[in-house]
Amino acid sequence: MAERFRTASSGSLFLDAPTLGAKTVLFVALAIVMMMIDRREGALGAVRSTLEVVVYPLQLAVDAPSSFGRWVGENLASRNTLLERNAGLSARELEAASLLQRMAALEAENTRLRELMGSSARLEQKVAVAEVLAVDLDPFRQRIVINKGSNAGAYVGQPIVDANGIMGQLASVSPFSAQAVLITDASHALPIEVNRTGLRSIAVGTGDIDRLELPYLPNNADVREGDLLVSSGLGGRFPRGFPVGVVRKVTRDPGKAFAVIEAAPAAQLNRSREVLMVFAQFAFVGPPAPAPQGGAEAAKP
Amino acid sequence: MITRRPKNLGFLIGGFIVALALEVLPLPTWAEPARPAWVVCALIWWCLNSPQRVNVGTAFALGIVLDVLKGTLLGQHALALTLVAALAARFHLQLRVFPLWQQTSLIGVLTLLAGVVLWWTDGISGQPGNLALRLPTVVTTALLWPWLVELMRSLARRSETF
Repeated sequence: MAERFRTASSGSLFLDAPTLGAKTVLFVALAIVMMMIDRREGALGAVRSTLEVVVYPLQLAVDAPSSFGRWVGENLASRNTLLERNAGLSARELEAASLLQRMAALEAENTRLRELMGSSARLEQKVAVAEVLAVDLDPFRQRIVINKGSNAGAYVGQPIVDANGIMGQLASVSPFSAQAVLITDASHALPIEVNRTGLRSIAVGTGDIDRLELPYLPNNADVREGDLLVSSGLGGRFPRGFPVGVVRKVTRDPGKAFAVIEAAPAAQLNRSREVLMVFAQFAFVGPPAPAPQGGAEAAKP
Repeated sequence: MITRRPKNLGFLIGGFIVALALEVLPLPTWAEPARPAWVVCALIWWCLNSPQRVNVGTAFALGIVLDVLKGTLLGQHALALTLVAALAARFHLQLRVFPLWQQTSLIGVLTLLAGVVLWWTDGISGQPGNLALRLPTVVTTALLWPWLVELMRSLARRSETF
């Protein structure tokens, strides 16, 4: 072995240079081809999710100190702090329970009205809790890693939310973990509506963790500062009616066709430790299917 | 520069795993642009000291792992690291005999190359990028280099006594 190594290294004095060049060209070409394929969503998903399994232990190891710190903090919390927190939580629980009571009645009424209108009722949504790993990803992208994967039923495109609103969706899923794109990532856009008026648009991420943009609304659109934006459910990926953000600034330049509208995301994108994965089962939102006209026509696939 | 070097494979792999972990270690947001390019640093060290074993192939594999780890487009870091490793391995004889300060500044140049490749591929794939935010890394990586050289030298010396 040592013999071979020596001959290789001594021979390489003259032979290595072209080999190195050829290898460089090969790997550069391979990297470029991979980037081109990976830009098409999901084409290299299998490769990525396999490698994600490989790097998951590393991510867990990096996460370990901070989760250990949290564990220590929880265990060393004083009795008074716990009592205080407990009292606060009971009060909030009571409040939430009273709201839920009204919610049940409203939901029943909503279902009845929808039936009257002939539109399909919204289906129930299941959620599962996942934890965000304390791992820093590329600082120029808005992504997080969560500790639930396809073993827990996660799937690519699954919406994730926190207590305050929509956070993003899963971009790649391995058996034990998943990577999510946040709504503020520059490659992300989601269909929203203005809660006050029902005006629909698209909220596009900017790459800034606390800024969304609504670039497709005309200057005369009825949008004001402080308007709540909720998901519209169009596109069928995000459930309808979850808060997305609050309009922060509206700039109308008469010389331009579109208003510049800035919104602050509702979810705590860089502070949430726990996130909810929504198993959305929605009814299709869109125009009703055309009624069958004749027997022969309707039988056609 | 370095006459004795560790030949141990575990040493090599362990070093790269530590470098990968340091690349994703959580930092406060303000410090994030100044995170040293640990993997670039480790890769250059091995390319200079063992260019037959560690060169573009290792760089490509490391780059793919880093892409998965950091959630970038598959191939971005692979491309950047391959180019850096190619230059470091091609000029390892010259780089090895440079004085430390000169070496340090060239490490900065190689890190800048990696940063420019990442910025450029980000731009092509439609991600907004800011080259100025990639500059602090260049400085911190260059500052890291003399310490890394010293650390590896002492480790190599110790491993030889075993």
